[in-house]
Amino acid sequence: MTRVLIPTGALGLGYERAALALGVANRPDIIAVDGGSTDSGPSYLGRGVSKYSRGSTKAEWRELMLARAEAGVPLVIGTAGTCGADAAVDWLFQITEELAAELGQKLRVARLYSSQNAADLTAALASGKITPLPAAPPISAEILASCTNIVALAGAEQIQAALATGADIVIAGRTTDTAIIAALPLLRGDHAGAAWHGAKVGECGAIATTNPASGTIQIDFDKTGFTFTPLGASARATPYTVSAHMLYENSDPFILHEPGGQLDVTAARYQALNQREVRVEGSRWVPGPYTVKLEGARVAGYQTVALALLRERRYVEAARAWADAVIAETRARVAARLGLAADTYDLEIRLIGIDATMGALENHRPLPAEVGALAIVTAPTEALASEIGKMVNPYLLHHALEENEPMPTFAFPFSPAEMNRGAIYEFCLNHVLHLSEPMSSFRLVVTEVGHG
Amino acid sequence: MVELGQIVEKVRSKNAGPFWLTIDVFCGNSDVFARVAALPTGRVAALFGVAEAAMKRFDIADLNVVKFSVPRPVVQGTRADRDMHGAAWGCLLAEMPLD
Repeated sequence: MTRVLIPTGALGLGYERAALALGVANRPDIIAVDGGSTDSGPSYLGRGVSKYSRGSTKAEWRELMLARAEAGVPLVIGTAGTCGADAAVDWLFQITEELAAELGQKLRVARLYSSQNAADLTAALASGKITPLPAAPPISAEILASCTNIVALAGAEQIQAALATGADIVIAGRTTDTAIIAALPLLRGDHAGAAWHGAKVGECGAIATTNPASGTIQIDFDKTGFTFTPLGASARATPYTVSAHMLYENSDPFILHEPGGQLDVTAARYQALNQREVRVEGSRWVPGPYTVKLEGARVAGYQTVALALLRERRYVEAARAWADAVIAETRARVAARLGLAADTYDLEIRLIGIDATMGALENHRPLPAEVGALAIVTAPTEALASEIGKMVNPYLLHHALEENEPMPTFAFPFSPAEMNRGAIYEFCLNHVLHLSEPMSSFRLVVTEVGHG
Repeated sequence: MVELGQIVEKVRSKNAGPFWLTIDVFCGNSDVFARVAALPTGRVAALFGVAEAAMKRFDIADLNVVKFSVPRPVVQGTRADRDMHGAAWGCLLAEMPLD
Protein backbone atom coordinates (compact mmCIF):
# COMPACT_ATOMS: atom_id res chain seq x y z
CA MET A 1 0.00 0.00 0.00
CA THR A 2 1.21 3.48 -0.79
CA ARG A 3 -0.25 6.53 0.92
CA VAL A 4 0.05 9.82 -0.95
CA LEU A 5 -0.69 13.09 0.83
CA ILE A 6 -1.83 15.93 -1.46
CA PRO A 7 -1.85 19.22 0.47
CA THR A 8 -3.65 21.32 -2.15
CA GLY A 9 -4.61 21.44 -5.81
CA ALA A 10 -1.76 23.83 -6.54
CA LEU A 11 0.91 25.48 -4.43
CA GLY A 12 -0.45 28.98 -3.83
CA LEU A 13 -4.14 27.97 -3.72
CA GLY A 14 -4.21 27.38 0.04
CA TYR A 15 -5.62 24.61 2.25
CA GLU A 16 -6.91 23.98 5.76
CA ARG A 17 -3.96 23.86 8.16
CA ALA A 18 -5.66 21.22 10.34
CA ALA A 19 -6.23 19.02 7.30
CA LEU A 20 -2.53 19.10 6.41
CA ALA A 21 -1.60 18.32 10.04
CA LEU A 22 -3.99 15.35 9.98
CA GLY A 23 -2.43 14.17 6.75
CA VAL A 24 1.06 14.26 8.27
CA ALA A 25 -0.16 12.41 11.37
CA ASN A 26 -1.57 9.69 9.09
CA ARG A 27 2.02 8.78 8.09
CA PRO A 28 2.06 9.27 4.33
CA ASP A 29 4.74 7.69 2.11
CA ILE A 30 5.14 10.85 0.04
CA ILE A 31 3.79 14.40 -0.16
CA ALA A 32 2.94 15.52 -3.69
CA VAL A 33 1.77 18.92 -4.86
CA ASP A 34 1.16 20.46 -8.24
CA GLY A 35 2.79 23.79 -8.99
CA GLY A 36 1.27 24.84 -12.29
CA SER A 37 -0.86 24.51 -15.37
CA THR A 38 -1.33 26.11 -18.78
CA ASP A 39 -4.69 27.38 -17.60
CA SER A 40 -3.58 30.95 -16.91
CA GLY A 41 -2.36 31.38 -20.46
CA PRO A 42 0.84 31.46 -22.48
CA SER A 43 2.55 34.45 -20.84
CA TYR A 44 3.93 32.40 -17.92
CA LEU A 45 5.57 29.79 -20.13
CA GLY A 46 6.62 32.51 -22.57
CA ARG A 47 8.46 34.38 -19.81
CA GLY A 48 9.37 31.35 -17.69
CA VAL A 49 7.78 32.81 -14.55
CA SER A 50 5.25 31.92 -11.85
CA LYS A 51 1.78 33.46 -11.70
CA TYR A 52 1.79 33.42 -7.90
CA SER A 53 3.59 35.94 -5.75
CA ARG A 54 6.96 34.94 -4.37
CA GLY A 55 5.72 35.78 -0.86
CA SER A 56 2.71 33.46 -1.09
CA THR A 57 4.74 30.70 -2.66
CA LYS A 58 7.43 30.95 0.01
CA ALA A 59 4.86 30.99 2.84
CA GLU A 60 3.10 27.84 1.60
CA TRP A 61 6.32 26.05 0.61
CA ARG A 62 7.67 26.74 4.08
CA GLU A 63 4.68 24.93 5.61
CA LEU A 64 5.11 22.01 3.24
CA MET A 65 8.83 21.80 4.04
CA LEU A 66 7.96 21.66 7.73
CA ALA A 67 5.34 18.98 7.03
CA ARG A 68 7.95 16.99 5.09
CA ALA A 69 10.44 17.20 7.93
CA GLU A 70 7.82 15.97 10.38
CA ALA A 71 6.63 13.15 8.12
CA GLY A 72 10.18 12.18 7.15
CA VAL A 73 9.18 11.40 3.56
CA PRO A 74 9.93 12.99 0.18
CA LEU A 75 8.13 16.15 -0.90
CA VAL A 76 7.59 16.43 -4.65
CA ILE A 77 6.33 19.39 -6.62
CA GLY A 78 5.44 19.12 -10.31
CA THR A 79 5.31 21.95 -12.85
CA ALA A 80 7.15 24.26 -10.47
CA GLY A 81 6.52 27.99 -10.88
CA THR A 82 3.30 27.66 -12.94
CA CYS A 83 4.99 26.80 -16.25
CA GLY A 84 7.72 24.31 -15.32
CA ALA A 85 10.40 26.00 -17.44
CA ASP A 86 13.98 25.72 -16.16
CA ALA A 87 13.95 29.33 -14.89
CA ALA A 88 10.84 28.60 -12.83
CA VAL A 89 12.45 25.47 -11.34
CA ASP A 90 15.48 27.54 -10.35
CA TRP A 91 13.20 30.22 -8.87
CA LEU A 92 11.62 27.66 -6.53
CA PHE A 93 15.02 26.11 -5.84
CA GLN A 94 16.29 29.48 -4.65
CA ILE A 95 13.26 29.83 -2.36
CA THR A 96 13.99 26.31 -1.07
CA GLU A 97 17.61 27.22 -0.31
CA GLU A 98 16.48 30.30 1.62
CA LEU A 99 13.95 28.27 3.61
CA ALA A 100 16.40 25.46 4.34
CA ALA A 101 18.74 28.03 5.88
CA GLU A 102 15.92 29.78 7.78
CA LEU A 103 14.47 26.51 9.10
CA GLY A 104 17.82 24.87 9.85
CA GLN A 105 17.07 21.94 7.54
CA LYS A 106 19.79 19.98 5.74
CA LEU A 107 18.30 18.60 2.55
CA ARG A 108 19.06 16.76 -0.63
CA VAL A 109 17.16 18.54 -3.40
CA ALA A 110 16.71 17.05 -6.86
CA ARG A 111 15.79 19.36 -9.71
CA LEU A 112 14.18 17.74 -12.72
CA TYR A 113 14.51 20.00 -15.76
CA SER A 114 11.93 19.76 -18.55
CA SER A 115 12.97 22.57 -20.90
CA GLN A 116 13.79 21.57 -24.47
CA ASN A 117 16.03 23.27 -26.97
CA ALA A 118 14.81 24.13 -30.44
CA ALA A 119 17.79 22.53 -32.22
CA ASP A 120 17.13 19.08 -30.73
CA LEU A 121 13.44 19.39 -31.47
CA THR A 122 14.09 20.52 -35.03
CA ALA A 123 16.11 17.33 -35.55
CA ALA A 124 13.32 15.30 -33.94
CA LEU A 125 10.76 16.97 -36.20
CA ALA A 126 12.82 16.16 -39.28
CA SER A 127 13.09 12.51 -38.28
CA GLY A 128 9.37 12.14 -37.63
CA LYS A 129 9.68 11.92 -33.84
CA ILE A 130 7.26 14.82 -33.27
CA THR A 131 3.62 14.15 -34.13
CA PRO A 132 0.55 16.40 -33.79
CA LEU A 133 -2.33 15.93 -31.34
CA PRO A 134 -5.94 16.74 -32.34
CA ALA A 135 -6.40 20.48 -33.08
CA ALA A 136 -2.64 21.05 -33.25
CA PRO A 137 -1.37 24.13 -35.12
CA PRO A 138 1.15 23.59 -37.95
CA ILE A 139 4.79 23.74 -36.82
CA SER A 140 8.15 24.19 -38.49
CA ALA A 141 11.80 24.62 -37.60
CA GLU A 142 11.19 28.38 -37.73
CA ILE A 143 8.32 28.22 -35.24
CA LEU A 144 10.35 26.01 -32.89
CA ALA A 145 13.23 28.50 -33.07
CA SER A 146 10.90 31.40 -32.30
CA CYS A 147 9.71 29.92 -28.97
CA THR A 148 11.05 31.64 -25.86
CA ASN A 149 10.42 28.45 -23.88
CA ILE A 150 9.55 24.88 -24.82
CA VAL A 151 8.90 22.23 -22.18
CA ALA A 152 8.11 18.53 -22.33
CA LEU A 153 5.67 17.02 -19.83
CA ALA A 154 7.48 14.44 -17.74
CA GLY A 155 5.66 11.30 -16.64
CA ALA A 156 6.04 8.88 -13.75
CA GLU A 157 9.41 7.50 -14.92
CA GLN A 158 11.23 10.83 -14.64
CA ILE A 159 9.78 11.46 -11.17
CA GLN A 160 10.86 7.95 -10.16
CA ALA A 161 14.39 8.75 -11.38
CA ALA A 162 14.37 11.88 -9.22
CA LEU A 163 13.15 9.91 -6.19
CA ALA A 164 15.87 7.31 -6.78
CA THR A 165 18.52 9.96 -6.01
CA GLY A 166 17.35 9.79 -2.40
CA ALA A 167 16.08 13.35 -2.60
CA ASP A 168 14.19 14.84 0.32
CA ILE A 169 12.64 17.35 -2.05
CA VAL A 170 12.04 16.99 -5.78
CA ILE A 171 11.46 20.23 -7.67
CA ALA A 172 10.22 19.13 -11.05
CA GLY A 173 9.77 21.25 -14.13
CA ARG A 174 6.82 20.56 -16.38
CA THR A 175 5.18 17.22 -15.60
CA THR A 176 1.74 15.85 -16.28
CA ASP A 177 -0.58 16.79 -13.41
CA THR A 178 -0.85 13.14 -12.44
CA ALA A 179 2.78 11.97 -12.69
CA ILE A 180 3.94 13.25 -9.30
CA ILE A 181 1.11 11.34 -7.58
CA ALA A 182 1.28 8.14 -9.65
CA ALA A 183 5.09 7.78 -9.56
CA LEU A 184 5.58 6.15 -6.15
CA PRO A 185 2.55 3.78 -6.27
CA LEU A 186 3.74 2.58 -9.69
CA LEU A 187 7.30 2.15 -8.44
CA ARG A 188 6.00 -0.04 -5.61
CA GLY A 189 3.93 -2.21 -7.90
CA ASP A 190 0.48 -0.94 -6.98
CA HIS A 191 -2.27 -1.34 -9.58
CA ALA A 192 -1.29 0.78 -12.61
CA GLY A 193 -4.83 1.77 -13.62
CA ALA A 194 -5.56 2.75 -10.02
CA ALA A 195 -2.31 4.71 -9.76
CA TRP A 196 -3.14 6.93 -12.73
CA HIS A 197 -6.85 7.18 -12.00
CA GLY A 198 -6.31 8.07 -8.35
CA ALA A 199 -3.71 10.60 -9.44
CA LYS A 200 -6.17 12.23 -11.82
CA VAL A 201 -8.86 12.43 -9.14
CA GLY A 202 -6.35 13.83 -6.65
CA GLU A 203 -4.40 16.25 -8.81
CA CYS A 204 -6.70 19.16 -8.01
CA GLY A 205 -6.64 18.49 -4.27
CA ALA A 206 -10.11 18.64 -2.76
CA ILE A 207 -11.93 19.65 -5.96
CA ALA A 208 -13.32 16.10 -6.12
CA THR A 209 -14.97 16.59 -2.71
CA THR A 210 -17.91 18.56 -1.38
CA ASN A 211 -15.55 21.27 -0.06
CA PRO A 212 -12.97 22.19 -2.73
CA ALA A 213 -11.41 24.98 -0.63
CA SER A 214 -10.38 22.54 2.12
CA GLY A 215 -7.51 21.52 -0.17
CA THR A 216 -5.93 18.51 1.48
CA ILE A 217 -6.70 14.90 0.56
CA GLN A 218 -5.05 11.51 0.97
CA ILE A 219 -5.08 8.57 -1.42
CA ASP A 220 -4.19 4.99 -0.52
CA PHE A 221 -3.10 2.92 -3.51
CA ASP A 222 -2.86 -0.87 -3.45
CA LYS A 223 -2.80 -3.94 -5.70
CA THR A 224 -6.44 -3.67 -6.77
CA GLY A 225 -7.53 -0.03 -6.55
CA PHE A 226 -7.40 3.17 -4.54
CA THR A 227 -9.20 4.75 -1.61
CA PHE A 228 -9.81 8.50 -1.68
CA THR A 229 -10.01 10.29 1.68
CA PRO A 230 -10.66 14.03 2.10
CA LEU A 231 -8.97 15.50 5.17
CA GLY A 232 -10.84 18.82 5.48
CA ALA A 233 -13.15 18.97 8.48
CA SER A 234 -16.37 19.20 6.50
CA ALA A 235 -15.19 17.73 3.18
CA ARG A 236 -16.81 14.54 1.94
CA ALA A 237 -16.09 12.43 -1.11
CA THR A 238 -18.92 10.51 -2.74
CA PRO A 239 -18.95 8.18 -5.75
CA TYR A 240 -20.47 11.13 -7.60
CA THR A 241 -17.82 13.73 -6.66
CA VAL A 242 -15.00 11.29 -7.41
CA SER A 243 -16.31 9.94 -10.71
CA ALA A 244 -17.42 13.38 -11.93
CA HIS A 245 -13.85 14.67 -11.53
CA MET A 246 -12.80 12.84 -14.69
CA LEU A 247 -14.90 15.46 -16.51
CA TYR A 248 -12.81 18.34 -15.20
CA GLU A 249 -10.61 20.10 -17.75
CA ASN A 250 -10.63 16.86 -19.77
CA SER A 251 -12.00 16.72 -23.30
CA ASP A 252 -12.68 12.96 -22.93
CA PRO A 253 -13.99 11.86 -19.49
CA PHE A 254 -12.97 8.21 -19.90
CA ILE A 255 -9.49 8.36 -21.41
CA LEU A 256 -6.41 10.17 -20.15
CA HIS A 257 -3.20 10.13 -22.21
CA GLU A 258 0.05 9.86 -20.27
CA PRO A 259 3.66 9.17 -21.23
CA GLY A 260 3.85 5.47 -22.07
CA GLY A 261 0.16 4.71 -22.38
CA GLN A 262 -3.34 5.74 -21.50
CA LEU A 263 -5.74 5.41 -18.61
CA ASP A 264 -9.18 4.01 -19.41
CA VAL A 265 -11.78 4.43 -16.65
CA THR A 266 -14.76 3.14 -18.66
CA ALA A 267 -15.08 0.09 -16.39
CA ALA A 268 -14.21 1.83 -13.09
CA ARG A 269 -16.48 1.07 -10.13
CA TYR A 270 -16.98 3.66 -7.39
CA GLN A 271 -18.08 2.57 -3.94
CA ALA A 272 -18.84 4.68 -0.85
CA LEU A 273 -16.92 3.16 2.08
CA ASN A 274 -18.66 5.46 4.54
CA GLN A 275 -19.97 9.03 4.62
CA ARG A 276 -16.74 10.53 3.33
CA GLU A 277 -14.42 8.00 1.70
CA VAL A 278 -14.64 6.37 -1.73
CA ARG A 279 -13.09 3.17 -3.03
CA VAL A 280 -12.36 2.83 -6.77
CA GLU A 281 -11.44 -0.32 -8.68
CA GLY A 282 -11.61 -1.45 -12.29
CA SER A 283 -9.64 1.36 -14.01
CA ARG A 284 -7.33 0.10 -16.71
CA TRP A 285 -3.84 1.16 -17.83
CA VAL A 286 -3.23 0.49 -21.52
CA PRO A 287 0.49 0.66 -22.38
CA GLY A 288 1.45 2.48 -25.58
CA PRO A 289 4.41 4.19 -27.24
CA TYR A 290 6.55 6.36 -24.95
CA THR A 291 5.65 9.91 -25.91
CA VAL A 292 5.80 13.16 -23.97
CA LYS A 293 3.63 16.16 -24.74
CA LEU A 294 5.31 19.41 -25.74
CA GLU A 295 4.29 22.94 -24.84
CA GLY A 296 5.87 26.02 -26.34
CA ALA A 297 5.20 29.74 -26.29
CA ARG A 298 6.51 32.61 -28.36
CA VAL A 299 6.11 36.37 -28.59
CA ALA A 300 3.04 37.36 -30.62
CA GLY A 301 3.52 41.13 -30.53
CA TYR A 302 3.37 43.94 -27.98
CA GLN A 303 0.20 45.39 -26.57
CA THR A 304 -1.09 48.69 -25.29
CA VAL A 305 -4.65 48.92 -23.98
CA ALA A 306 -6.91 51.80 -22.94
CA LEU A 307 -10.34 51.88 -21.37
CA ALA A 308 -13.06 54.51 -21.81
CA LEU A 309 -16.53 54.35 -20.27
CA LEU A 310 -19.60 55.41 -22.24
CA ARG A 311 -22.44 56.46 -19.95
CA GLU A 312 -24.55 58.77 -22.12
CA ARG A 313 -27.53 56.79 -23.43
CA ARG A 314 -27.17 57.85 -27.06
CA TYR A 315 -23.60 56.56 -27.05
CA VAL A 316 -24.50 53.38 -25.20
CA GLU A 317 -27.12 52.68 -27.89
CA ALA A 318 -24.66 53.37 -30.71
CA ALA A 319 -21.54 51.97 -29.06
CA ARG A 320 -20.54 49.65 -31.91
CA ALA A 321 -20.84 52.35 -34.57
CA TRP A 322 -18.93 54.74 -32.34
CA ALA A 323 -16.15 52.21 -31.72
CA ASP A 324 -15.87 51.43 -35.44
CA ALA A 325 -15.54 55.16 -36.15
CA VAL A 326 -12.84 55.53 -33.48
CA ILE A 327 -10.90 52.69 -35.09
CA ALA A 328 -11.27 54.20 -38.58
CA GLU A 329 -10.16 57.67 -37.42
CA THR A 330 -7.20 56.26 -35.53
CA ARG A 331 -6.12 54.08 -38.43
CA ALA A 332 -6.21 57.10 -40.77
CA ARG A 333 -4.05 59.04 -38.35
CA VAL A 334 -1.59 56.15 -37.90
CA ALA A 335 -1.25 55.89 -41.68
CA ALA A 336 -0.76 59.63 -42.08
CA ARG A 337 1.61 60.22 -39.18
CA LEU A 338 3.51 56.95 -38.78
CA GLY A 339 3.28 55.75 -42.37
CA LEU A 340 2.37 52.28 -41.09
CA ALA A 341 0.58 49.84 -43.39
CA ALA A 342 -2.80 48.75 -42.02
CA ASP A 343 -1.77 45.11 -41.65
CA THR A 344 1.39 45.71 -39.62
CA TYR A 345 -0.61 46.24 -36.45
CA ASP A 346 -4.01 45.38 -34.98
CA LEU A 347 -6.50 47.70 -33.32
CA GLU A 348 -9.79 46.52 -31.88
CA ILE A 349 -12.30 47.87 -29.39
CA ARG A 350 -14.15 45.35 -27.23
CA LEU A 351 -17.41 46.64 -25.77
CA ILE A 352 -17.73 45.58 -22.17
CA GLY A 353 -21.43 45.32 -21.38
CA ILE A 354 -22.29 44.43 -24.98
CA ASP A 355 -20.28 41.46 -26.25
CA ALA A 356 -16.72 41.67 -24.91
CA THR A 357 -16.78 38.07 -23.67
CA MET A 358 -18.45 36.18 -26.51
CA GLY A 359 -17.91 38.46 -29.51
CA ALA A 360 -19.90 37.41 -32.57
CA LEU A 361 -21.45 34.47 -30.68
CA GLU A 362 -23.25 36.77 -28.22
CA ASN A 363 -27.02 36.53 -28.61
CA HIS A 364 -28.26 38.35 -25.51
CA ARG A 365 -28.64 42.09 -26.11
CA PRO A 366 -30.46 44.14 -23.45
CA LEU A 367 -29.27 47.77 -23.28
CA PRO A 368 -26.82 48.26 -20.39
CA ALA A 369 -26.50 51.43 -18.30
CA GLU A 370 -22.93 51.91 -19.49
CA VAL A 371 -20.41 50.38 -21.85
CA GLY A 372 -16.70 49.93 -21.32
CA ALA A 373 -14.77 50.53 -24.53
CA LEU A 374 -11.57 48.51 -24.21
CA ALA A 375 -9.17 49.52 -26.97
CA ILE A 376 -6.45 46.94 -27.68
CA VAL A 377 -3.45 47.77 -29.84
CA THR A 378 -1.11 44.95 -30.88
CA ALA A 379 2.03 45.96 -32.76
CA PRO A 380 5.43 44.50 -33.68
CA THR A 381 7.31 46.55 -31.06
CA GLU A 382 6.52 47.96 -27.65
CA ALA A 383 7.32 51.50 -28.83
CA LEU A 384 4.89 51.27 -31.75
CA ALA A 385 2.13 49.80 -29.59
CA SER A 386 2.56 52.65 -27.15
CA GLU A 387 2.65 55.25 -29.93
CA ILE A 388 -0.57 53.92 -31.50
CA GLY A 389 -2.16 53.75 -28.04
CA LYS A 390 -1.51 57.45 -27.64
CA MET A 391 -3.14 58.08 -31.00
CA VAL A 392 -6.34 56.25 -29.98
CA ASN A 393 -6.53 58.28 -26.78
CA PRO A 394 -8.05 61.55 -28.11
CA TYR A 395 -10.72 59.68 -30.08
CA LEU A 396 -11.66 57.54 -27.08
CA LEU A 397 -12.02 60.74 -25.08
CA HIS A 398 -13.90 62.96 -27.51
CA HIS A 399 -15.10 61.26 -30.69
CA ALA A 400 -18.58 62.55 -31.65
CA LEU A 401 -21.19 60.43 -33.41
CA GLU A 402 -22.40 63.44 -35.42
CA GLU A 403 -20.18 65.93 -37.14
CA ASN A 404 -22.12 68.97 -35.92
CA GLU A 405 -22.72 68.23 -32.27
CA PRO A 406 -20.99 69.78 -29.28
CA MET A 407 -17.82 67.87 -28.45
CA PRO A 408 -18.59 64.96 -26.06
CA THR A 409 -16.21 63.71 -23.37
CA PHE A 410 -16.17 60.16 -22.05
CA ALA A 411 -15.10 58.83 -18.68
CA PHE A 412 -11.48 57.70 -18.36
CA PRO A 413 -10.79 55.72 -15.17
CA PHE A 414 -7.01 56.22 -15.34
CA SER A 415 -4.24 58.67 -16.09
CA PRO A 416 -2.39 57.87 -18.23
CA ALA A 417 -5.23 56.23 -20.12
CA GLU A 418 -2.96 53.86 -22.02
CA MET A 419 -1.49 50.82 -20.31
CA ASN A 420 1.49 49.14 -21.89
CA ARG A 421 1.19 45.38 -21.43
CA GLY A 422 4.55 44.54 -22.94
CA ALA A 423 5.00 41.35 -24.94
CA ILE A 424 2.08 39.03 -25.45
CA TYR A 425 2.72 35.35 -26.07
CA GLU A 426 0.98 32.49 -27.83
CA PHE A 427 1.02 28.73 -27.37
CA CYS A 428 2.30 27.21 -30.57
CA LEU A 429 2.72 23.49 -29.89
CA ASN A 430 0.16 20.76 -29.31
CA HIS A 431 2.38 17.83 -30.20
CA VAL A 432 4.07 14.81 -28.70
CA LEU A 433 7.73 13.86 -28.81
CA HIS A 434 8.58 10.16 -29.16
CA LEU A 435 11.36 9.10 -26.78
CA SER A 436 13.51 5.98 -26.89
CA GLU A 437 14.25 6.33 -23.19
CA PRO A 438 12.19 8.37 -20.68
CA MET A 439 15.13 10.40 -19.31
CA SER A 440 16.62 11.21 -22.72
CA SER A 441 14.97 14.65 -22.90
CA PHE A 442 15.07 15.49 -19.18
CA ARG A 443 17.93 16.36 -16.81
CA LEU A 444 18.42 15.77 -13.10
CA VAL A 445 20.58 17.94 -10.83
CA VAL A 446 21.02 16.93 -7.20
CA THR A 447 22.23 19.45 -4.61
CA GLU A 448 22.74 19.36 -0.85
CA VAL A 449 21.31 22.54 0.65
CA GLY A 450 21.05 24.11 4.11
CA HIS A 451 22.61 22.82 7.30
CA GLY A 452 21.17 21.14 10.34
CA MET B 1 -40.20 28.61 -22.99
CA VAL B 2 -37.58 27.39 -20.56
CA GLU B 3 -33.83 27.87 -20.77
CA LEU B 4 -31.53 24.90 -20.25
CA GLY B 5 -29.87 26.59 -17.27
CA GLN B 6 -33.23 26.83 -15.49
CA ILE B 7 -33.72 23.07 -15.29
CA VAL B 8 -30.17 21.74 -14.76
CA GLU B 9 -28.02 21.98 -11.62
CA LYS B 10 -25.00 23.59 -13.25
CA VAL B 11 -23.37 24.28 -16.57
CA ARG B 12 -19.58 24.51 -16.32
CA SER B 13 -17.13 25.42 -19.04
CA LYS B 14 -13.34 25.27 -18.84
CA ASN B 15 -10.31 24.85 -21.01
CA ALA B 16 -9.17 21.28 -21.56
CA GLY B 17 -5.64 22.40 -22.38
CA PRO B 18 -4.97 25.46 -24.57
CA PHE B 19 -6.55 23.97 -27.68
CA TRP B 20 -9.87 22.58 -26.41
CA LEU B 21 -12.91 23.76 -24.49
CA THR B 22 -15.15 21.44 -22.54
CA ILE B 23 -18.66 22.17 -21.32
CA ASP B 24 -20.25 19.94 -18.67
CA VAL B 25 -24.00 20.00 -18.06
CA PHE B 26 -24.83 18.59 -14.62
CA CYS B 27 -28.48 17.57 -14.94
CA GLY B 28 -29.08 16.40 -11.37
CA ASN B 29 -31.58 13.64 -12.16
CA SER B 30 -32.52 11.23 -14.90
CA ASP B 31 -35.62 13.15 -16.06
CA VAL B 32 -33.63 16.32 -16.72
CA PHE B 33 -30.81 14.22 -18.17
CA ALA B 34 -33.24 12.75 -20.69
CA ARG B 35 -34.36 16.22 -21.77
CA VAL B 36 -30.80 17.49 -22.19
CA ALA B 37 -29.69 14.28 -23.90
CA ALA B 38 -32.43 14.88 -26.48
CA LEU B 39 -30.66 18.07 -27.65
CA PRO B 40 -29.43 17.72 -31.21
CA THR B 41 -25.63 18.02 -31.31
CA GLY B 42 -25.94 20.32 -34.33
CA ARG B 43 -27.82 22.95 -32.31
CA VAL B 44 -25.05 23.08 -29.73
CA ALA B 45 -22.37 23.21 -32.44
CA ALA B 46 -24.16 26.15 -34.09
CA LEU B 47 -24.41 27.95 -30.73
CA PHE B 48 -20.62 27.70 -30.33
CA GLY B 49 -19.91 28.42 -33.98
CA VAL B 50 -18.03 25.15 -34.55
CA ALA B 51 -18.51 22.32 -37.03
CA GLU B 52 -20.64 19.50 -35.64
CA ALA B 53 -18.10 16.94 -36.85
CA ALA B 54 -15.34 18.61 -34.78
CA MET B 55 -17.30 18.29 -31.55
CA LYS B 56 -17.06 15.42 -29.05
CA ARG B 57 -20.16 14.59 -27.03
CA PHE B 58 -20.60 12.26 -24.07
CA ASP B 59 -24.02 11.40 -22.61
CA ILE B 60 -23.13 9.90 -19.23
CA ALA B 61 -26.27 8.46 -17.66
CA ASP B 62 -24.42 7.24 -14.54
CA LEU B 63 -23.62 10.85 -13.63
CA ASN B 64 -26.64 12.53 -15.26
CA VAL B 65 -24.09 14.59 -17.15
CA VAL B 66 -23.95 15.63 -20.80
CA LYS B 67 -20.50 16.78 -21.86
CA PHE B 68 -19.50 18.67 -25.01
CA SER B 69 -15.86 19.22 -26.04
CA VAL B 70 -14.91 21.50 -28.92
CA PRO B 71 -11.61 22.59 -30.44
CA ARG B 72 -11.17 26.19 -29.33
CA PRO B 73 -12.24 28.54 -32.16
CA VAL B 74 -9.32 30.69 -31.04
CA VAL B 75 -6.40 29.16 -29.17
CA GLN B 76 -6.22 30.11 -25.51
CA GLY B 77 -4.38 33.38 -24.95
CA THR B 78 -3.89 34.36 -28.57
CA ARG B 79 -4.64 37.95 -29.50
CA ALA B 80 -8.21 37.18 -30.54
CA ASP B 81 -9.03 35.19 -27.39
CA ARG B 82 -11.54 36.88 -25.09
CA ASP B 83 -11.84 34.32 -22.33
CA MET B 84 -8.51 32.92 -21.06
CA HIS B 85 -10.03 30.08 -19.02
CA GLY B 86 -13.00 29.30 -21.26
CA ALA B 87 -15.16 30.31 -18.32
CA ALA B 88 -18.12 31.92 -20.09
CA TRP B 89 -18.92 29.44 -22.83
CA GLY B 90 -21.27 27.55 -20.54
CA CYS B 91 -23.45 30.69 -20.28
CA LEU B 92 -24.39 30.41 -23.95
CA LEU B 93 -25.57 26.86 -23.39
CA ALA B 94 -27.34 27.73 -20.11
CA GLU B 95 -29.31 30.46 -21.91
CA MET B 96 -30.32 28.24 -24.81
CA PRO B 97 -34.09 27.77 -25.01
CA LEU B 98 -35.33 24.19 -24.81
CA ASP B 99 -38.33 23.21 -26.92
